[in-house]
Amino acid sequence: MNKESMREAFGEAMVELGKTNPKVWALTADLASSVKLTAFAQAFPQRFINFGVAEANMVGAAVGMALEGLIPFAASFAVFIPGRCFDQIRVSVCQNQANVKLVGSHAGLSNFGDGASAQSVEDIALMRVLPGMTVICPADALQTKKAVWAMAQKSGPMYLRLSRAETPIVTKEEDTFEIGRAQVMREGSEATIIACGSLLAEALAAAEELDAEVINLHTIKPLDKETILKSVQKTRRVVTLEEHSIYGGMGSAVAEFLAQEYPVPIKILGIPDVFGESARSYQELLDKHGLNAQNIIKIFE
Amino acid sequence: MVPLTVSELSKKSCQIRRQVIEMIYQAGSGHPGGSLSAVDILVALYFGGILKADPRDPQNDKRDRFILSCGHEAPAYYAVLANLGFFNEEALNSLRALNSPLQGHPSRLWANFVESSTGSLGQGLAVGVGMAWASRFKPNSKYKVVVLSSDGEQDEGSHWESVMFAGYHRLDNLNLIIDQNGMQIGGWTREVLDLEPLLQKYQLFGWEVAQVDGHDLPRLVSAFSVFNHRTGKPKVVICKTIRGKGVSFMEGSDKYHSATLSEDEYSRAREELDQYLNSNFKV
Repeated sequence: MNKESMREAFGEAMVELGKTNPKVWALTADLASSVKLTAFAQAFPQRFINFGVAEANMVGAAVGMALEGLIPFAASFAVFIPGRCFDQIRVSVCQNQANVKLVGSHAGLSNFGDGASAQSVEDIALMRVLPGMTVICPADALQTKKAVWAMAQKSGPMYLRLSRAETPIVTKEEDTFEIGRAQVMREGSEATIIACGSLLAEALAAAEELDAEVINLHTIKPLDKETILKSVQKTRRVVTLEEHSIYGGMGSAVAEFLAQEYPVPIKILGIPDVFGESARSYQELLDKHGLNAQNIIKIFE
Repeated sequence: MVPLTVSELSKKSCQIRRQVIEMIYQAGSGHPGGSLSAVDILVALYFGGILKADPRDPQNDKRDRFILSCGHEAPAYYAVLANLGFFNEEALNSLRALNSPLQGHPSRLWANFVESSTGSLGQGLAVGVGMAWASRFKPNSKYKVVVLSSDGEQDEGSHWESVMFAGYHRLDNLNLIIDQNGMQIGGWTREVLDLEPLLQKYQLFGWEVAQVDGHDLPRLVSAFSVFNHRTGKPKVVICKTIRGKGVSFMEGSDKYHSATLSEDEYSRAREELDQYLNSNFKV
């Protein structure tokens, strides 16, 4: 499967977006090259700010800019945005309903070498709990580009979660992307596998063996209850898969909904109650936590 | 709005203090100490001709932006806005009531005249930085940004991220006022975490600095008038104030950071302020 980088796609989309929308700004806290904003900075130096290693000020300033009608995309590592700036996001972004676009790159275990401090397995939980926050976790580089455009077109606080790695392209050029509208990737009848982010590829591989339906839940909030319900009414069992803690993430969002509206057996696959850790490769970490097709298949054995 | 005379400003301050006491008593909780120390600062800003604000059109793009970063001083801010006509003065007694636009700390979710929601210290200046930055890119936009901060707020590291950024980028339409009443929840700031020399700190961060008696209305107006000039630097005016100013038994007391006012405290405070009003401003 062809692999591409989500953060590269983010950077490219920002340049394209910058050409058509003069209100779009790119902000970073000394991580322009890591979050792939260098090209934007070169194309639109007057609409780019490097705040230095000062994420709290960056998020607050993004709010002030948004309240004045600009569309700031504030990007950093997911451990810092949202991790470090939770209170700035809670009070200044969300309690102002500011049109700030937060971008957390290197999410999940994708920053494999740097260890626990750099691996964000809590960010979905942090953002999902905030009233008015939209949480987007695109499946691949193609979808990332579409998500960036969609975010600029819709007003309100949003969080975009990106991987550091080059990840499999699982969506198609012609697929539409709508915030809050989940994508059924494959129809099936034995089970529903709901995944987000780069693990979609693993879900699809497992589904081939299982005759499972696969949903790309790229928007975790607001939750597309309709699409989930329609699938689960057919399959009556669910596995969720995400590169995030099993507490408070995408699987939790699905479980909260189904437990109350349509209880069925659910298995939440993710990172158990532990922090990340260093490894020599990304795959080693994913395998350690069973975030792969084989493990999904095993659940059904 | 035509700026008030010195005597009118002074009377307005006293009336607003009277309203602040009433509001916090009615609400059953609030922050009388900081609210009272900030009254003269807010009166000088809004009634001394410093801030452009139109109560009939709170969102007018030409307005100056004011952020109450020390959100706990909200009662004084609300009373000033009511006196300006942003809303009916009778609404002041809904402070902290269920569904009231007058939330315990200013919230834009509840009131459109609030420029930015605050209440968690260390965030207002950053929002001000963004507004000041954006004004550079808005044609025909000449607004200035004024942020009011407390001295307890100076402890927050995030505040200093913004101080450093504004100094380095010469955000000269960004203005900071510090209500330095010398106290924070845990006691005197000099005992909890000494801020001094505060003025020099700002100076070294690239700010234009001034210090003024925070209860001397003509001096406050004159100190704040520098906000209208672009000098290539952000500006800070440190206002030396007294916590609980205007009510003798609250002045400098550590009991009134956050408090519920008893019937007795309420009537004594009210009586004192009424007496001051009657003896100084007889019509």
